[in-house]
Amino acid sequence: MAAITLDNVGKTYAGGTRALSGMSIDIAPGEFVVLVGPSGCGKSTLLRMIAGLETVTEGTIRIGERVVNTVEPADRNIAMVFQNYALYPHMTVRQNLAYGLKNRGTPRDEIDRRVAEAAQILEIGPYLDRKPRQLSGGQRQRVAMGRAIVREPAAFLFDEPLSNLDAKLRVTMRSEIRQLQRRLGTTSVYVTHDQVEAMTLADRLVVLNAGRIEQIGTPLQVYRHPATTFVAGFIGAPAMNLLPAQIADGQLHLAGAAVAPMTRAGGPVTLGIRPEDLRRDPAGPIRMRLRHVEELGHARLLHGQIGDSAAVCTVTDTAPPDPEIRLSIDPGQCHLFDAQTGARLTGA
Amino acid sequence: MVENRPLLTFLAHGALILGVIVVAFPVYLALIASTHPVSAFSSGVIPLLPGREMAANYATMLGQGISTAGAPPLWGLLGNSLVMALAIALGKIAISITSAFAIVYFRFPLRNLAFWAIFITLMLPVEVRIVPTFKVVADLGMLNSYAGLTIPLIASATATFLFRQVFLTIPDELLEAARIDGAGPLRFFRDILLPLSRTNIAALFVILFIYGWNQYLWPLLITTDERFYTIVAAIKRMAETADAEPYWNLIMASAVLAMLPPVLVVIAMQRLFVKGLIETEK
Repeated sequence: MAAITLDNVGKTYAGGTRALSGMSIDIAPGEFVVLVGPSGCGKSTLLRMIAGLETVTEGTIRIGERVVNTVEPADRNIAMVFQNYALYPHMTVRQNLAYGLKNRGTPRDEIDRRVAEAAQILEIGPYLDRKPRQLSGGQRQRVAMGRAIVREPAAFLFDEPLSNLDAKLRVTMRSEIRQLQRRLGTTSVYVTHDQVEAMTLADRLVVLNAGRIEQIGTPLQVYRHPATTFVAGFIGAPAMNLLPAQIADGQLHLAGAAVAPMTRAGGPVTLGIRPEDLRRDPAGPIRMRLRHVEELGHARLLHGQIGDSAAVCTVTDTAPPDPEIRLSIDPGQCHLFDAQTGARLTGA
Repeated sequence: MVENRPLLTFLAHGALILGVIVVAFPVYLALIASTHPVSAFSSGVIPLLPGREMAANYATMLGQGISTAGAPPLWGLLGNSLVMALAIALGKIAISITSAFAIVYFRFPLRNLAFWAIFITLMLPVEVRIVPTFKVVADLGMLNSYAGLTIPLIASATATFLFRQVFLTIPDELLEAARIDGAGPLRFFRDILLPLSRTNIAALFVILFIYGWNQYLWPLLITTDERFYTIVAAIKRMAETADAEPYWNLIMASAVLAMLPPVLVVIAMQRLFVKGLIETEK
């Protein structure tokens, strides 16, 4: 168990392409940190830099007290779980688990003990003598985690480990990973593009976009106080509505109607409001023209248009929706962002 | 795909049977010819039914050879051919799997140039460069030696290219996982790449063994000492007798014996061979 400290880490490829810049993250010992962002935001690159599979061109990475910028992956005392499992196809499960230990010259009986222990934790004991191709996706994923566990490393690095599993198994494995990490108390860095996975697993989230950190915080902090319009739109499903609005005369104006009292300096802002915070209200000031309805069972998503912007509203009643819906909002649930920079306006 | 068209089935089977006949008939002729006394050929008609001299003919070839035609006993020839075919097959596999390893997994200056230089040797089989190669081998004093028989045939690119393609299909994550597991390049090569290319190595071995066994022009050129004759080249020497009828029965017996080892290799490695050609289990 060790802290991982990233100090102003950046990566520029040989061609001059800048993949990452200004990554400063302090990961406490035993913490579960999830790097989340859309494809191409640099989250996997960052993870691979921590693992030592990509070179670091700026800044320093520390695992524990040691700067590891130029240390070989094998000597960083980390273990990695890959998206496609990366199990050695010609080796049995047992050999897969033991390979890293064998290469380090761990004594035979110690290897056997650790393999047995990992097999017991992950309930893969019955498969120890099978080849990976004889296992299902979920079992392979467990073996991949087993390979990480037997090493008893300072940190686990997960690179989208659940992306190849079907939806149901993903939910099960998600909670298993969480419980396992709690139980072992090993510092973990987990990369995913799935914000539900990120929210449910993380002690802290790092939201990345276009090679930069947008926000670092606990899942609730990030959900309740998104720092930018990007984070606001990325975290939460369905996504937060982001609508152009005006503040004037102590009122927030949306699509020409005063919708909530707002004591701020006037000017254009971006209003962020979650779909579940748009309340249906026959006397409400907001008019939404309905486009279509998505049925979820426990709720419905009403897709429509407020002014010129698309908007989504979650409702739980089953009344047939009208072509035009009246909505109201609570000022306490409004997120205000700078209309130009997208940064959160403080005090909102 | 399930089809049920009797005419099509009939035609397909007909074509296949015809093909088998075309390939198998000469082999049958050789086999039959090797069972007759030499007198059976003087009429100019090749017999089509087995004769009674089979045991005698094979015993002659394996035991004494045909001294008048300059053919030593076949054991020696078969041994030489075996050494040559094995050396070529194993040598080629060893040299090409290591060069493919270098080309795929290491970044070094002029890597692409190295690859294309190796690739271009595909256009230069021994037959094309035979005169300069002979000169080099002669100058190095390798005429009438196993080294001279095999080394010029080992150096070529076919197999490098094949292994490169195999390695490219092995996912990068496997290399990365191995790196994290503490496997250096050589250990990765031995523990991961070699086992994963096992079927390809087997398929290639079969092909190269037959290639080496069937070498004709090169051994004919560089061996003048009968201790280094290979069987394929020697059969040709047996047939060119100056003023006597060739011993067709004995020559055919030699030909049948020469066919056996490649057949045995194919049969022994058939399963791996087919796997290596069709399977992509990665």
